[in-house]
Amino acid sequence: MTPRQRRWIFLVAGAGLVAFYLWGLTGLPGFGNYPGPYGFAILRVAVAQTNATGVVSAINFEYRGFDTVGEEFILFVAAAGVATVLRRLRGERERSAAGEAAGRDVPPTSSAVRMVALLFTGPVVLAGWWLASHAQTNPSGGFQGGVLLATAFILIYLSGEFLAFKRLSPANLTDVVEAVGAGGFVAIGLSAVAMGLPYLKNFLPLGQVPGAVSSSGTIALISFFVGIEVAAAFILIVGELLDQTLLIRQGGR
Amino acid sequence: MQVFPFVVVAWILGVGLYGVVTSRHLVHQIVCLIVVQSSTYVLLLGVGYVTGGVAPYFFDVPNHTPAVDPVVQACALTDVVVEAAVTAMLLAFAIQAYKRFGTLDPQELADLKG
Amino acid sequence: MNTPYTVPVVMMQALQITLLVLVAAGATAVVLIRAGVRQVLMLSIYGVLLAVLFLAFQAPDVTLSELVVGAVALPVILLLTLAKVRKREQ
Repeated sequence: MTPRQRRWIFLVAGAGLVAFYLWGLTGLPGFGNYPGPYGFAILRVAVAQTNATGVVSAINFEYRGFDTVGEEFILFVAAAGVATVLRRLRGERERSAAGEAAGRDVPPTSSAVRMVALLFTGPVVLAGWWLASHAQTNPSGGFQGGVLLATAFILIYLSGEFLAFKRLSPANLTDVVEAVGAGGFVAIGLSAVAMGLPYLKNFLPLGQVPGAVSSSGTIALISFFVGIEVAAAFILIVGELLDQTLLIRQGGR
Repeated sequence: MQVFPFVVVAWILGVGLYGVVTSRHLVHQIVCLIVVQSSTYVLLLGVGYVTGGVAPYFFDVPNHTPAVDPVVQACALTDVVVEAAVTAMLLAFAIQAYKRFGTLDPQELADLKG
Repeated sequence: MNTPYTVPVVMMQALQITLLVLVAAGATAVVLIRAGVRQVLMLSIYGVLLAVLFLAFQAPDVTLSELVVGAVALPVILLLTLAKVRKREQ
């Protein structure tokens, strides 16, 4: 089947699929007329029950905390899967990072890029830490803070220092941090079970003021663990891809 | 306005699927898959919108102001994480496919055997 | 519902319609551009457009996630993959 035939068959079938999809979507109650009881019920009780003013984070880490455990494990498995798929195969050599950096003849990074990347690293780390620790008050959360923290490491690589990136994030340390993050989340849930409560029930003191940093019990703690796990997973993935690009060569070259 | 966001959702889905089906480069196919998945974020947030509602954060807004639905926002957050994880795995597979078979054209890759 | 914390409904609707049209155009552009650095840049712009649309839908948490993932993390790993593939072609 030639590509032109494939394209025409898809245009016909795709038009049919989109038409049925639209027919189904117009059966919904319409944009802006949300009828459902679940959302309004949670909005009524969330701040009173958890002392967290960020209702979306309260849903993520408390009301539907079990779904978040699954989501974190998807990221954990993806980092492990990338490391497995991109391992060194037979017939490839992996040069050492120091030897590779000495022998490369690439044009040096421009000073503007180096300066901007180095200037922004500190504020990015601060912003990521703030986001990961304020999940219960503002629109923030463990996941966003974690990816920002990983971005700080990428900025270090962009400022021309691949060796610094490798030294600051050795594979063993990043693996351990990621495992602590994922395991910490599960351990918080299990310690609720150890007290005779359902899995992942909020058992820490809720604090006085709704929305303070030290309020809302386990939500802040879980958000911190999720943040470091996500940061470590992204650093691992980027580190694996960088290794592939810079270090691993076909045998014989 | 009652149905316009859903029309846009269907359009993005159709355009993304067209990119996936008629692509000649694995990385282009992966980017079109990202576009298809982004249509579901717009669908989720469009379902939960309440006309005249504020964002569901009550730090500086009194406690029972009418707000939009927070449950679909939590679902959309999970969706974004899943997209990042799936894209990372697909890119790892694309690199290994290129190393094994020397080509990134999905229509040629379908003919190679082992 | 006219709370004192929102803009008039008509203004919000106009903003949402504009952003939806821009998002549809952005998606079409991402698909029609050929693979390479240009498509990754267009994906980054599309991520920012989506993030502003989510802000207009009153979802700041999803905005932050889409910004860090769709405009920073995904283009970085896509560019690394493209560099690996192009280096082998030389």
